Amino acid sequence: MHLEFTVIENDFVNAGSASSSIKKTLKQLAVNPSIIKRVVVALYEAEVNAIAHAYGGVITADIDADKIIMKVIDKGPGIPDIEWAMQEGNSTASPEVRDMGFGAGMGLPNIKKNVDRLNVSSTVGVGTTVEMEVNLG
Amino acid sequence: MTFFHALQINEDICAGCSHCMRVCPTEAIRVRDGKAKIYENRCIDCGECFKACPNKAIYVKQDDFNLIFNYKCRVALIPSVFLGQFQNDISVSRIYSILQDIGFTHVIETEITTPIYTLAKNIYERENPDKYPLISTFCPAIVRLIQVKFPGLVDNLIPLKAPIDITAIYIRRKLKKEMGYSDNEIGIFYITPCAAKIAAVKSPVGETKSNVDGVINMDSLYNRVYMTIKKQGKDYKEMKLPIAQLSSDSILTSLTNGERRLSISRHSLSIDEIQNVIEFLEKVENDEIEGVNFLELRACDQSCPGGILTCNNRFLTCERMFARAKYVADKERNGEMTRQKEVEEEKTYLMRNMKVGEIEARSMMTLDKDRLKALEKMKRIAELKKLLPQIDCGICGAPSCDALAEDIVCHNAELTDCVFIQRNLEARGNMDHNESLKIMELIWGSEKIKNYVKNK
Repeated sequence: MHLEFTVIENDFVNAGSASSSIKKTLKQLAVNPSIIKRVVVALYEAEVNAIAHAYGGVITADIDADKIIMKVIDKGPGIPDIEWAMQEGNSTASPEVRDMGFGAGMGLPNIKKNVDRLNVSSTVGVGTTVEMEVNLG
Repeated sequence: MTFFHALQINEDICAGCSHCMRVCPTEAIRVRDGKAKIYENRCIDCGECFKACPNKAIYVKQDDFNLIFNYKCRVALIPSVFLGQFQNDISVSRIYSILQDIGFTHVIETEITTPIYTLAKNIYERENPDKYPLISTFCPAIVRLIQVKFPGLVDNLIPLKAPIDITAIYIRRKLKKEMGYSDNEIGIFYITPCAAKIAAVKSPVGETKSNVDGVINMDSLYNRVYMTIKKQGKDYKEMKLPIAQLSSDSILTSLTNGERRLSISRHSLSIDEIQNVIEFLEKVENDEIEGVNFLELRACDQSCPGGILTCNNRFLTCERMFARAKYVADKERNGEMTRQKEVEEEKTYLMRNMKVGEIEARSMMTLDKDRLKALEKMKRIAELKKLLPQIDCGICGAPSCDALAEDIVCHNAELTDCVFIQRNLEARGNMDHNESLKIMELIWGSEKIKNYVKNK
């Protein structure tokens, strides 16, 4: 099962629509609610990241019987030091974004807590891809 | 497993007009053979279909009134919203005395145990910050909505008995202790404003047996009481008022914000009307709501005064309940006590019996228990959705194109049920007219497919 969603830059109003759609799919597959919750929390976080810090992008989700792989691909500024960004409290957010209440440096750490495998690849000036995998139990 | 439903369709009256199908919040209704059918495992007894039916073909199953006479001690358990059905010039004590004239031996108001219920909820809230936002179980339609549509939120439900059960336990214990009745001599009858409360009594969630013995619909009891009022006429002499049973806070519990104003939460919300609740629960399920501790959710607009078995305009009912609460509040300020104080004596006992068992998720969304099969069905649904017109006309007997797609993969419908598909096939010569007419007949019944000849 393959799903795709577009993320639009600075469109916070529609944040969560990808999460909602994936949530419905997982419910239909009778995935345990606590696992669904982890998927939704991680994806929502990554989606908001792409909206706030990058210039929008694409979300893809591939679901099979035992796992879901989600990719959030943005064409944003990129993360120079991924290891640094993975630590709580560290953020590359601009002052404007921080003024909106984002950029507390909890995004990637929070995603990591909720997924079984996380891979972040980034090229400065090109964009970032966050790949998240969750076992469906 | 089947679940008891208070809402039933009278097929003799049902015209198969599909009004109910279109408003059902859990897509639990289909039209087959010209009649509305309810998917029992999806129905939450919210009553939206009852309100939408233009033919009054949907009814609410209740217990026979004469059942009360099987008991020596006959208790009318009345919610405060029942008293709100009567005009302000008809006193509470007059209604109490009429209830005794028509057969009850005792009258107790459901909300009398509200202070204990509130205390238990507040303690639970303090002890379970990991489950925020906590959701009240006061409204049984909401409990069922969460079970079938939001299975991920069942742990947020506060697993405590509602005032109806707490009060039933309280009055039973009191009658046994003070009057020496035995268990089987006491019959407790709840006067219900809605269908969901009946379902809650007949198949309780998280409990094996209800504490209530029978349920009487509010509208039918209203008629009996009102008839007596009319017979009494203008000459009725008011008896001396007994001490009020309820405090002002308790009178207001069943209204929107009634629980919220008594909650210790700094951040809480009160939401009524089922679509409003669904919209908000979607957000809660996505973890988009932060910093909220408590949610008071009610299926009906204006909460219990909007119940389908109430007899008067819900806004007027609210006004009367407010007026009664205000009257009692004035007395309270003067130091007058209400009978509610008596419940305090049983506080320890009631608090010990407050918990309900596990509230199970029973998701209506699951396509198949076998995940590989479910995935296959899902792919098929996605393909079907592309073929369907997405205008949700309902001619197929399902509430939406998406619902039809799901019905097809679950073998409850055929793609050719869609009128657009039929037209296509007919135009290409792949289906003859009689065949498509036959399909319409299977869905809408032969009555609606009468021969129609165009005048020349």
